[in-house]
Amino acid sequence: MSAIASASIGSRSAVEAALRGEKHDVRGRVFEALLLLGLLLSLAILVILLVSILVDAWPVLSERGWDFVRSDSSRIASHAGVWQGLIGSIILIAFVAVFAIPLGVAAAVYLQEYARDSRMNRILVTNIRNLAGVPSIVYGILGLVVFVQALRWITGPDSFGRSYISGGLTLAVLVMPFIIIITMEALRAVPTGIREAAYGVGATRWEVVRSHVLPYAAPGVFTGCILALARAFGETAPLLLVGAVTGYLSTGSQSFLETLQGKYTALPTQVFAWSQYPGEDWAQNTAAAIVVLLVAILVVNFVAILLRNRYERKW
Amino acid sequence: MAATVDVRATKISLTGNAGRRRKEGAIRGVLFAAAALSIVISAGIVIAVVGKSVEFFVHVSKAALWSEAWRPRQGQFDIPTIFIGSVLVTVIAMVVAVPLGLGAAMFLSEYATPRLRRALKPILETLAGIPSVVIGFFALTVINPDIVKDLMGASSTFTIMAAGLGVGILTIPLVASVSEDAMYAVPNALREAAYGIGARRRSVTTKVVFPAAISGIVAAVILGIGRALGETMVVAVAAGATGNATRTFNPLVPGQTMTAAIASLAIGSDSVKTASGGVNPFDALYFVALLLFVLTLSLNIVSERFVRRVRKVY
Repeated sequence: MSAIASASIGSRSAVEAALRGEKHDVRGRVFEALLLLGLLLSLAILVILLVSILVDAWPVLSERGWDFVRSDSSRIASHAGVWQGLIGSIILIAFVAVFAIPLGVAAAVYLQEYARDSRMNRILVTNIRNLAGVPSIVYGILGLVVFVQALRWITGPDSFGRSYISGGLTLAVLVMPFIIIITMEALRAVPTGIREAAYGVGATRWEVVRSHVLPYAAPGVFTGCILALARAFGETAPLLLVGAVTGYLSTGSQSFLETLQGKYTALPTQVFAWSQYPGEDWAQNTAAAIVVLLVAILVVNFVAILLRNRYERKW
Repeated sequence: MAATVDVRATKISLTGNAGRRRKEGAIRGVLFAAAALSIVISAGIVIAVVGKSVEFFVHVSKAALWSEAWRPRQGQFDIPTIFIGSVLVTVIAMVVAVPLGLGAAMFLSEYATPRLRRALKPILETLAGIPSVVIGFFALTVINPDIVKDLMGASSTFTIMAAGLGVGILTIPLVASVSEDAMYAVPNALREAAYGIGARRRSVTTKVVFPAAISGIVAAVILGIGRALGETMVVAVAAGATGNATRTFNPLVPGQTMTAAIASLAIGSDSVKTASGGVNPFDALYFVALLLFVLTLSLNIVSERFVRRVRKVY
């Protein structure tokens, strides 16, 4: 009798426990806590990362403050600042916005709204998904061969092709697959009823897309584009290949086109270069430059997340 | 009565206005051109990495590709050195990212209330938005001195271990979001059926949802591996970007991965012009990029297979 009882206790099922009103499932609780730990550790890493960088950056930011942001890069740590890198990154992002967003959205509209389920279109979609998984440094090789070497006469005859145009176009190519995929998802979420209502009153396909589908999908598309820009802002590896200047950059008075065809630097490449310099003062400068970079990116990301939460709707 | 139109008498054309149709055709053409540009980009990548690789491979002495170290300036292009480096970094990264990412994904998908989900998800999204060069600096200044040196007994400022842990942090959000999507997509009917026969939440998570979403979870891990193999900046900052490395399986010393080898060749391009043994060391960059491209592309294709299997089932 006691043997049977102990056996049944040993293999007691969840049903029995529940029927007896025993709510304390200890192993289940432990399991849940372990899962939560995965999430909390990620949070802890994020906090430690931000705090340690702020602590490193504090001496520079508190002493020099705005002067650090407004100073040009320099070989002397106490004079070096991020201004050239910041401006450089903003110009690069402008290139991405001008080229990658219209082309990416147009491609997504074609694939989601126009294309039939043909072999050709399946190949296009698979190809774009694969492009999104190609390492960024390989895009750097593409930029090096195509923009820096083959198209040097356009991208910058005097700077050996290592110019804003080359860097900006490389980043644009890099984020385009990402923009296409996100836009396609946003378009897919628009209910078919909205399209059919528009077709019903005689709209053409383009009229349906322009006046109905795109406005409804706009929040998703917009958020995706902002996230893509933020990603391009922090991207470093391809810029090393298309020749962003990692050291001192001298700039004279130039025309607009000369500037675009001229040598350039970007905030993340500066961070990389400084992180390799020896000495405590350069480590502090690196941390301070990272703070500027992160503030720019986190603000952009945060705006995107807010926009999404505000406009997200369920059909 | 006079206003009644005789329908048979008026010809109603259903083909529409010719100008309007022409405009539609033109727009369609432009949109298609944008989509087709992706094929041009792919072709561009293949041509860019293959072109000079062939030249390099023909001219380099095959013994140099299998020597004992990666020293491009001295004509030693030992491919196993940088391949082992990449594999070490990837394995370390997965040891970090798979448990943490999967745990986070399971909690978000199966345990968190919608409100908690909305509050916790931005953590992963913020982590995903941090540039890799920043994680590299973190690996160099915090992970290496505080964890790798103090706890694991390494003595170098740059280590493969620190780089691997950094890449792991970078990969957590990717693994978490792809596997969370897969688990979230498991139909509620499966969960309810299990609850109906008295299963607890833990059994539902591990014995119903996890097996049902296994394809997506495998895809998440493969995508994570691809991302870790392709990650450049963390390794370039934290594992030593001097450009040279000797073949080793020890993660507690400086090393070189395929990606970081490309980056350091690119940075040092001005000083690498001296050819040794008839090859320009700079061209090794294309060859390594070709290997990397083939490797990550195959991983992508495999993971796409797994993702498609999830879509087909539900």
